[in-house]
Amino acid sequence: MTKSVVNDFVIKLANVNGTGSSSANGLLMKSIFRMGVPVVGKNVFPSNIQGLPTWYEIRVTGEGYGARSGDVDIMVAMNANTYARDIAELRPGGVLIYDSTWPRQHVLSRSDVTVLGVPFAQMCNDAFAVARSRVLMKNMAYVGTVAALLDIDPDVIRGLVREMFVKKPKLIDLNMQAIALGYDYAKTNFECPLAMRVEPLDKTAGKIMIDGNTAAGLGCVYAGATVGAWYPITPSTSLMDAFKSWCEKFRIDPETGEHNYCIIQAEDELSAVGMVVGASWNGARSFTPTSGPGISLMSEFIGFAYYAEIPLVLFDVQRVGPSTGMPTRTQQCDVQLCAYASHGDTRHILLFPADPGECFTMAADAFDLAERYQAPVFVLSDIDIGMNDWMVDELTWDDARQPDRGKVLDVDQIKDLDKFYRYRDPDGDGVPYRTLPGTHPKGAYFTRGSGHNADGAYTENETEYQEVLDRLLRKWRGAAEHVPSPIVKSAKGGKARWGIIAYGSSDCAVLEACDTLAKDGLHLDYMRVRGFPFSDEIYDFVNAHDLVFVVEQNRDAQLRGLMMLETQIPRVKLESILHYSGEPLTSCFVHEHIKSCIRKEQSA
Amino acid sequence: MTSFAKPSINLKNAKRNALGLTWHDYEGAMSTLCAGCGHDSVSACMAKAFFELSIEPHRAVKISGIGCSSKTTAYFLNEAHGINTVHGRMPSVATGAAAANSGLTYIGVSGDGDSLSIGMGQFAHAMRRNVNMLYMLENNGVYGLTKGQFSASADVGSKSKKGEVNLAPPIDPVTLAMSLGATFVARAFSGDREQLVPLIKAGLKHNGFGLIDVISPCVSFNDHAGSTKSYAHTYKYYHKAVHADYVPMSKEIKTSYDAGSSVPVKLHDGGSIVLRKIDEDYDPYDRGAAYAQVVERAAKGEIVTGLLYVDETQEDMAATNKLASRPLNTMPYDELCPGNAELTALQNRYR
Repeated sequence: MTKSVVNDFVIKLANVNGTGSSSANGLLMKSIFRMGVPVVGKNVFPSNIQGLPTWYEIRVTGEGYGARSGDVDIMVAMNANTYARDIAELRPGGVLIYDSTWPRQHVLSRSDVTVLGVPFAQMCNDAFAVARSRVLMKNMAYVGTVAALLDIDPDVIRGLVREMFVKKPKLIDLNMQAIALGYDYAKTNFECPLAMRVEPLDKTAGKIMIDGNTAAGLGCVYAGATVGAWYPITPSTSLMDAFKSWCEKFRIDPETGEHNYCIIQAEDELSAVGMVVGASWNGARSFTPTSGPGISLMSEFIGFAYYAEIPLVLFDVQRVGPSTGMPTRTQQCDVQLCAYASHGDTRHILLFPADPGECFTMAADAFDLAERYQAPVFVLSDIDIGMNDWMVDELTWDDARQPDRGKVLDVDQIKDLDKFYRYRDPDGDGVPYRTLPGTHPKGAYFTRGSGHNADGAYTENETEYQEVLDRLLRKWRGAAEHVPSPIVKSAKGGKARWGIIAYGSSDCAVLEACDTLAKDGLHLDYMRVRGFPFSDEIYDFVNAHDLVFVVEQNRDAQLRGLMMLETQIPRVKLESILHYSGEPLTSCFVHEHIKSCIRKEQSA
Repeated sequence: MTSFAKPSINLKNAKRNALGLTWHDYEGAMSTLCAGCGHDSVSACMAKAFFELSIEPHRAVKISGIGCSSKTTAYFLNEAHGINTVHGRMPSVATGAAAANSGLTYIGVSGDGDSLSIGMGQFAHAMRRNVNMLYMLENNGVYGLTKGQFSASADVGSKSKKGEVNLAPPIDPVTLAMSLGATFVARAFSGDREQLVPLIKAGLKHNGFGLIDVISPCVSFNDHAGSTKSYAHTYKYYHKAVHADYVPMSKEIKTSYDAGSSVPVKLHDGGSIVLRKIDEDYDPYDRGAAYAQVVERAAKGEIVTGLLYVDETQEDMAATNKLASRPLNTMPYDELCPGNAELTALQNRYR
């Protein structure tokens, strides 16, 4: 495969965490984006505050693909401790940029790559007096060097620096100076630009770069959520940080200073979800962001909410398990945990956003579904979506949209009743009516996790117990047609023998793999699942193909397992493609694995 | 076993409160607890306190965890919403509910197992947050529903029904609450309504977290000789230190009190809690002194009761969070959703 060199390459930056590299890398990526060229950014960072290796990958993709490609074309190797592996990762013909202040071990050099040494530390030590500045400014200096080599518009960078430090204008000159150091050094000493370079396009108009946690927090504000309770856990913490900052912007009365929201940092996840139960039961839209370990701790309450029929919105920003696992690495490993969370017969509603744009829309959908079905709803994001900046369409909101608060009786409706029965099913859709505390004496009822009958009274009677449990299943099944429906991308040129099913953050890699597989003459239909319970479309899709590849970022094929449990799909029709290293999925991985499976099948 | 409907008896000449309601309007379902259980007396006192305060039953919210005590939220105030949650987790549900609507009266009912073992963390943190609620800890030193294991409040040397002696030191909810910054800390005895009903009224009117640790004997598993939570033991050793009464704003405080022995505490609603010191030496306004007194008396085997510490000056959770005066759960949606124009504008920084 010949590689076009303009607007199609990957820069990887190897840094030490806690040295300020992440904002420099963000600046570099945003500059390319501002030149109208689509980019993909992935931050691979350690579970640590300072001193351990961290990598940032920027894929420049004129084609507008959204995943990692799997290649590294330019390596900025700033961390001596990972130098060996960083050089090894570079493709032949690639470019290595390193800090030439200190001598480099010859054993680590490669003859098949272009090596460019820049004395970043030396230049910064000479230029800046303060020790901390010397460390921070090295990052800005390599931004300058890379900008010169890739022909990135210096005016765009300067504009962004001014925006970055709008609240600390004193830092603007300092950072500009550092960028100029690196830029000028490259211009003087190397032939600029490289063959690999950025050329302006117009492909980012109408797009933004945003992370999923920020978008989800914003979605909660737009959904009208008023109570958020949480316990800090990576990688979900920034979701509540975002909700808080949006609330500070939109939900504080400028005259009185009163808050139209309440955020409570709980003592643990058990308490966080308990607060959400209390607030939701009391009629406020309420949510908790967490990650896998938090879901484990919340499970008892999740079962309570399922059985007592209390709306709950939970964001699970998935990270690598089991146990503490790798808390800053990504996976889709909580699918089955969330689908059946808690003891007893429990089944829940899941939403699978594929990017930050869907984190925004599905956050709002989650509240509607939770209140409509009076049940827990999980939004399963992951660290890749949650904490990386993704290029997505600008967010929009339909001002005519009203929240679906579900079947809540108001004071007049309650007054008209002879008697209120909490768990009856007058509409035949499995969804009962509820009342809120304080509304009217006739609306009062007793909510319990112990056995109850359709009237809401305590029971240990088998028929009464089963009546409620069976209705809960009917109610859950009804949600299949109301969770976001699957999206199908059909292969060009008629009926495809093979299909792919994927969900969440695997989407971009699969979309690109479909294109590259087509170039190899392999045409596959692709369905992205966006919700659980599964709709019939999923069954029909599998039925229409000889074999369906289920691409997932976990070891145990959790979605495939759910499909086998919840549908009549025969096991042999589903072939798993599993990626669970903790790094975001690459299109290359999907391409290669599907291709080799098909080849194997064809040669058999 | 299903619950039994309680026969409705409306007495013609029943006393009516300011709302025109009778005591019957504050009752709940028939109790399924053992005959003679201290908790049933507490439920009756709750109903009486609400009746006397003329609080509309449906404007109260009853929240509990799991255990014998937690079942009692069904046994008073039929017309109030109740929620029987998860073991040890009542405080978090109460906290969330209070955040959603600060305009209702919240009562949490818990026990010593629910609060001092499995739920110790939530109990402690609800006090730290000063959630505006009355927390009834019905304390019998024993796990009733699982038939007689010691709880964390069992005293050293107290004997179980099977003759086992407890060796682990007890957790005292009162001193715990004082050390965690609770703003209304009381202890009472289910066998003394004269003391308990006024305390409940004061606790309901207190702005912030009110704790009443009620010694409430378990007749089935902890009422034998050798138990320090039995009726007999409690009657013998309980010591009233400070009596508390709630006096609404409408009533002038007429009784004259000896200087130094009693001071009315002004409440947010304009009413007052009037304290009557039975024990001249006890100081319920000084956290350190109150703490020392309770610990000292406990060492002598005395059970000090009454309103043991009160501080009406602290902000409750709603105030520290600057919550709007209108409840969050009825906030109109158009005031909560910033709309598409704002959405377009805020995305400038992401372009």
